Amino acid sequence: MEPVKKLSSTITPLDRINVDTDQIIPKQFLKRIERTGFGQFLFYGWRFNADGSPNEKFILNQPPYKDSEILVAGHNFGCGSSREHAPWALQDYGFKIIIAPSFADIFYNNCVKNGILAIRLEESKVKQLLEGGKEKQSVTVDLESQSIHYNGEQWTFDIDPYWKQMLLNGWDEISITFQYEDEIRQYEEQHH
Amino acid sequence: MAKTIIEKVWNDHVVHQESGKPDLLYIDLHLIHEVTSPQAFEGLRLKGRKVRRPDLSFATMDHNVPTKNRDVIKDPISKQQMSTLADNCKEFGIPLAHMHHPDQGIVHVIGPELGLTQPGKTIVCGDSHTSTHGAFGALAFGIGTSEVEHVLSTQTLWQSKPKTMEIRIDGELGFGVTAKDVILAIIAKFGVDAGTGYVVEYTGDAIRKMTMEERMTICNMSIEAGARAGLISPDETTADYLKGRAHVPDDEYEALKEKWLDYATDPGAEYDRTLTIHTDEIEPFVTWGTNPSMGSGISSAIPHAEDYDDAGKQEELKQALEYMDLKEGQALSDIEIQHVFIGSCTNSRIGDLRAAAKVIEGRKVHPNVTAIVVPGSFTVKMKAEQEGLDQVFKEAGFEWRESGCSMCLAMNDDIVPAGERCASTSNRNFEGRQGAGARTHLVSPAMAAAAAVNGRFTDVRSMVNVHA
Ligand code: SF4
Repeated sequence: MEPVKKLSSTITPLDRINVDTDQIIPKQFLKRIERTGFGQFLFYGWRFNADGSPNEKFILNQPPYKDSEILVAGHNFGCGSSREHAPWALQDYGFKIIIAPSFADIFYNNCVKNGILAIRLEESKVKQLLEGGKEKQSVTVDLESQSIHYNGEQWTFDIDPYWKQMLLNGWDEISITFQYEDEIRQYEEQHH
Repeated sequence: MAKTIIEKVWNDHVVHQESGKPDLLYIDLHLIHEVTSPQAFEGLRLKGRKVRRPDLSFATMDHNVPTKNRDVIKDPISKQQMSTLADNCKEFGIPLAHMHHPDQGIVHVIGPELGLTQPGKTIVCGDSHTSTHGAFGALAFGIGTSEVEHVLSTQTLWQSKPKTMEIRIDGELGFGVTAKDVILAIIAKFGVDAGTGYVVEYTGDAIRKMTMEERMTICNMSIEAGARAGLISPDETTADYLKGRAHVPDDEYEALKEKWLDYATDPGAEYDRTLTIHTDEIEPFVTWGTNPSMGSGISSAIPHAEDYDDAGKQEELKQALEYMDLKEGQALSDIEIQHVFIGSCTNSRIGDLRAAAKVIEGRKVHPNVTAIVVPGSFTVKMKAEQEGLDQVFKEAGFEWRESGCSMCLAMNDDIVPAGERCASTSNRNFEGRQGAGARTHLVSPAMAAAAAVNGRFTDVRSMVNVHA
């Protein structure tokens, strides 16, 4: 997993609340047995018209946002299914950071496990970023100092210290857990 | 100190605890299906890792399986996903209920049926509706594929202790009101993210009187209220259900039962938050929008944008109604439907089929409607056939299918065409869930049956006493 550190990018404003994982990656694309290649199907129902042509009205299809690495959205982003294909698709498409007032629990976990930084930020600040995004503005995020630099302002955000270390170092969680092998075995001897 | 079941189950499974870190929790049961597991097995292979406890894992095929003819899988990628699961289970020694196996069914239907699901267990599956198993007093939650890989190789998960929430349902279910209506009413009242960060325990008189199947319907949709897990303290009803199940040995039953009942929440235990609802507020429900909170009682109408203070909510309503091709203020009983789907891990058990059959019996499916019944498991299907329910459905004009997820997410061939409307007993009405451009309305099995007969949403209470 690649470490996440500091990043500046145009803001992609997805001004919707309760964006569910069925929208992020529709089920007809869940059949692949690989982890890669899902970006082309990201937000499929919104990005493409019924005939397969790009829907020019959808934000991701507009020029300044095509190379953006930071997505900003309304509250409860990623609700619904546990499909990890959702963060895989966002990452494969090019997003490294997602900012929203709140995230669904499973989606949030899935992001961390894939090295995507999901940031919970106060609604009023998210609103500013959404507006800024519409004006094609940029934002800088620094994980080490847990800060966001936007429009001359500096805000801080919270993150669980354990997840932060995982993201900064790009750790593989399973290798970490193997260090607790003795304790797992002891537990099994007593219970299973 | 008085403890909730959530704390009891949690504390019993902590393998390692230190400050500044999540807890390392032991997982008692890992359920696996074909869609969210291939990349996890591939991860093991790439790093030369093993499955730590194949004996605590159990796999089935459900999401992709054909329900018309088991031997015809049109989509080669679906077929590959299923054969990949079979190969992985063989390679790693995991028991599998494959498509033709008598134990096959939707993963959340067969776990309880086989008695794998038990009070006090930690249960995970790469599927958000794993919360269903909480009906038994298990701490059961959905995980992503990276976590599936983690459980496969370590039988543990790093988890931060959740906050606890009580949702108390007071009163008795009224005539024609089912568990599905209760959970839809809860989500409509408190919202799709009310439970985020919490594990919910459902309590109250209404819950105590429910059968295990009804409790599963409630817990199944916890995730639609944002809660990763929802559970119910075990009682005699729980123990009775499990007696004699394949994975509950007769000679251990009494000892197990004693242990199970001990997990129930202690009197006076405190929760971080309590929400309450009274059954008097609940009538048969229909969703009209594109998330499960956008629903109302059958006698009411779709809200107006100005009913909401929040601009985000107003915008969401407009977008939803545009997708659903409905209007503000439109009466729910005016909505005509073209499809009926009775199935999914929410409502495909024998009790659900009986409730629907009761409405259907002696009636015909409306000529404009295509209706299918997809039993949740092979066992449910057999039982229904013994009781003659298949005949009731077929005579009315329903199709009687093989078990699987089917039209709940339309990954197989069971798809609602674009622009058409489906009365569905499943749990999600997201855009495109049942097919690109398809419009889903969530209802109970009885309400789905009523809609099948009339071609539009109808208060089932005017047709039959479904709660008798
Ligand atoms: S029936 Fe639907 S919700 Fe349940 S496991 Fe299958 S796809 Fe998921």
